[in-house]
Amino acid sequence: MFESEFFLTYVAPPLWMLAQSVLLLVLLLVGVAYILYADRKIFAAVQMRRGPNVVGPWGLLQSFADLLKFVIKEPIIPSGANKGVFLMAPLVAGVLALSAWAVVPIADGWAVADPNLGLLFVFAISSLEVYGIIMGGWASNSKYPFLAALRSAAQMVSYEVSIGFVIITVLLCVGSLNLTDVVNAQRDGLGTMMGAPNSLLDWHWLALFPMFIVFFISAIAETNRPPFDLPEAESELVAGHMVEYSSTPFLLFFLGEFVAICLMCALTTLLFLGGWLPPVDIAPFNWIHGSVWFILKGLFVFFCMAMVRSIVPRYRYDQLMRLGWKVFLPLSLFMVFLTAFVLQLMGWA
Amino acid sequence: MSVIALFFYLFATVTVASAFMVIAARNPVHSVLFLILAFFNASGLFMLMGAEFLALILIVVYVGAVAVLFLFVVMMLDVDFAELREGFLQYLPIGGIIAAIMAIELILVLGSYSIDAETARVAVQPIPDMAETSNIKALGDLLYTRYIFFFQLAGMVLLVAMIGAIVLTLNHRTDVKRQNISDQVARDPDDAVTLRGVKSGEGI
Repeated sequence: MFESEFFLTYVAPPLWMLAQSVLLLVLLLVGVAYILYADRKIFAAVQMRRGPNVVGPWGLLQSFADLLKFVIKEPIIPSGANKGVFLMAPLVAGVLALSAWAVVPIADGWAVADPNLGLLFVFAISSLEVYGIIMGGWASNSKYPFLAALRSAAQMVSYEVSIGFVIITVLLCVGSLNLTDVVNAQRDGLGTMMGAPNSLLDWHWLALFPMFIVFFISAIAETNRPPFDLPEAESELVAGHMVEYSSTPFLLFFLGEFVAICLMCALTTLLFLGGWLPPVDIAPFNWIHGSVWFILKGLFVFFCMAMVRSIVPRYRYDQLMRLGWKVFLPLSLFMVFLTAFVLQLMGWA
Repeated sequence: MSVIALFFYLFATVTVASAFMVIAARNPVHSVLFLILAFFNASGLFMLMGAEFLALILIVVYVGAVAVLFLFVVMMLDVDFAELREGFLQYLPIGGIIAAIMAIELILVLGSYSIDAETARVAVQPIPDMAETSNIKALGDLLYTRYIFFFQLAGMVLLVAMIGAIVLTLNHRTDVKRQNISDQVARDPDDAVTLRGVKSGEGI
């Protein structure tokens, strides 16, 4: 049976893909549980608190206790809510955030799918994540969630524009939107031109330096993290679009948010920090497997985001809009022009 | 091949059904959500044809930006559904006439429709192998060489429309206090904060 053509064409590939997806999903969700724990611990350390330290040794099982708590609580649907959309919103938020991970290569060739336009796919999915918030905000039929929905719609559309231009500059340097190509193109770069061995100087963060910063800040804004967490600013909107949610729907929103944050960290790693490439391509660094470097770099980016969250005060809404449209948009537009100009002038294109 | 056919019928059915629901749904927000579903399935159809760039751009531009703003506007509309349904019979004759005229026009146009010999010749040419040239390269090669003027012209039209929208809505009020960002950034602790030793119970 296992040699038949039908099995090899129609049954085996989907099963293989399913197995890979389930493995990725499990690792990702466990990873998110500890990312969440790390986030709370870093936040606590900055404020000289202890953070979660009760459940399990050093509080390591706190996230799982929270998960259990969310799942066994009663889901409440407000009587004025639009029931279908209300329940669909957290699903949209969670599923979209997870689906983008299908194309993220953890190491060379370690991706569930590696399409030609992987980067564009991730961009498309991250531009859709706003729907979870808008739908949830509207369907709750309540003032705070609705205000949050309007805020997040404006915010995410604004910052997508600069993320799009950053992706275009990377595309200009790489000549491909395939995420594996993007990382491999960072093997040689400015560092090797100056005579150094393959190292972290070759990665795009140096060659495209202002765009690295623009992307980092836009990624924080795109995922509604503090200091850009206007849609859920607790001092004004209580919990924004999540006010009316409880139990598992709330958990899905929360999960979607953190998976999206991890995705943005992974994307920063892939685009600017050389993905799975070791920081210096000499022993003992290149003995370590690429996936370890990828995860370490992703965690480093997440640590930076967590520090930004704990030390920078929240932006005012008009300042947020000004930063997006009047600072990042002209800057990134100019950098697209400059990158294309330099590449053409030096004949690197 | 049969899997592709299966997916084609799936996407096509959902596209048509959700497009119908766009006009049939009572709640305008539901209409927009069905529109988004239609976009998604259209993008799936593009994917099946191998036009992956168009498929993803459809999602990024239409679903990720246009439909968001659309939803934004529709959510804020204060629609009275009872009032909307009230005039249905009153508007039926004129609406019916317009629909009939458009249907007749469509039938006339499609009835006499034939594919140009030149177009038919181009259409049967083999599509370049996906492994050799990628979608973006193929599109870029055409857009920036053969169709460069049309491409630039389309950009110009969009630019004019954008400037027009800004001109129409820009309203500089002089009676509002505004923040001058450069002034604010130029401030330093020396001219913003003074430290004074205040004795207990005295004040300054």
